[in-house]
Amino acid sequence: MRRKTTIIAGVIAALAAGLFAVGMVRATDSAAKSGGPGPVVKIHRGEQCVEDTGYMRRNHMKVILHQRDKTMHQGIRTAKHSLKNCVDCHADPVTGSVLGQDGFCASCHEYASVKIDCFSCHTDKADKAALATLPPPKPATGVKP
Amino acid sequence: MSLNRREFIAIGGAAAAATALAPGLRLVELAQARSPDEAVTSLQRWGLLVDIGKCHDCDACVTACHEENGIQSHGRPATDAQWIRKVTLKDKQTGYVQTLPVMCQHCEHPPCVDVCPTGASFKRADGIVLVDKHICIGCRYCMMACPYKARSFVHEKTTEQKPHAPRGMGTVESCTLCVHRVDAGKIPACVEACNKDGNQAMVFGDLKDPNSAITKQLASAPSTQLRPDLNLNTGVRYRGI
Repeated sequence: MRRKTTIIAGVIAALAAGLFAVGMVRATDSAAKSGGPGPVVKIHRGEQCVEDTGYMRRNHMKVILHQRDKTMHQGIRTAKHSLKNCVDCHADPVTGSVLGQDGFCASCHEYASVKIDCFSCHTDKADKAALATLPPPKPATGVKP
Repeated sequence: MSLNRREFIAIGGAAAAATALAPGLRLVELAQARSPDEAVTSLQRWGLLVDIGKCHDCDACVTACHEENGIQSHGRPATDAQWIRKVTLKDKQTGYVQTLPVMCQHCEHPPCVDVCPTGASFKRADGIVLVDKHICIGCRYCMMACPYKARSFVHEKTTEQKPHAPRGMGTVESCTLCVHRVDAGKIPACVEACNKDGNQAMVFGDLKDPNSAITKQLASAPSTQLRPDLNLNTGVRYRGI
């Protein structure tokens, strides 16, 4: 009796291990296809960011910080690197925001577990007046960081 | 007026550039509209003149300011932010009542800047006094130092801010002289509203431009600062107090 139980347990364990292995292979397969696990960042407007995409991925915070001080203290209000310009261009056309479930900022920062406090003071919503001057939204294209 | 070396050189350079090439033809105008990528300079100093004789019982300026900068009341007057307020003066002897708007006076020697421990309170080169909320720690020293009660502390979580006027809990804020509008070549919201819906009691302009309307008006009739005894050389002047 005890032997039977051991055999059944062994079979179940073997099956489970097999299933797990298959699952792992599947997971790594899909990850390999999409370039690894991670958030999908949705791009809604325009063809090209204000800087090269790779540069922006690494340095967007430095760019905003630099512009922040120039705007605040010297009154330099060029749109190119301003947070307002980022928000206007990257806001979701439906929600109008860069936060929320699929928000441009939120999706990545949540995945990376980085808390951004810009939006405790700055609005996360696009400026309706500014949207008129930007290229119209198109179906979102997903980009893997 | 005291100048540091850099300001002196800047003015000297501008004056040299402004010397006439030929009658009516100049290389650079002294005070010209800035392009967005140019830093503000001390060649300009923005100011306001409020004629209390014309200011009556209306709050067009307050409404316009709070609308422009997205300031919402929580229904708690003791702690609600106010960038501009109407003050009533009553002469006890005669019973004559005047009202006037009071906001940040944009002093040349701002006490709020003197006491700020972080450098968040600062004066821009063109004389506009601001709070850099990125640095502000909400200690409220400036609120105590300001003789005009012009600064407010944001006690509560803010939502629905305007894109050009970030506001957040735990920082101090005050009238910015509508710096985002001034940088775009427009006039502050309160002045615009006073001239459109109010009693045309406010004038905005460059105090360093001898040809601006505000300079001419200040030069042609008496005006006063609030608390002139403090020698702050305010950018906001009043007439008829």
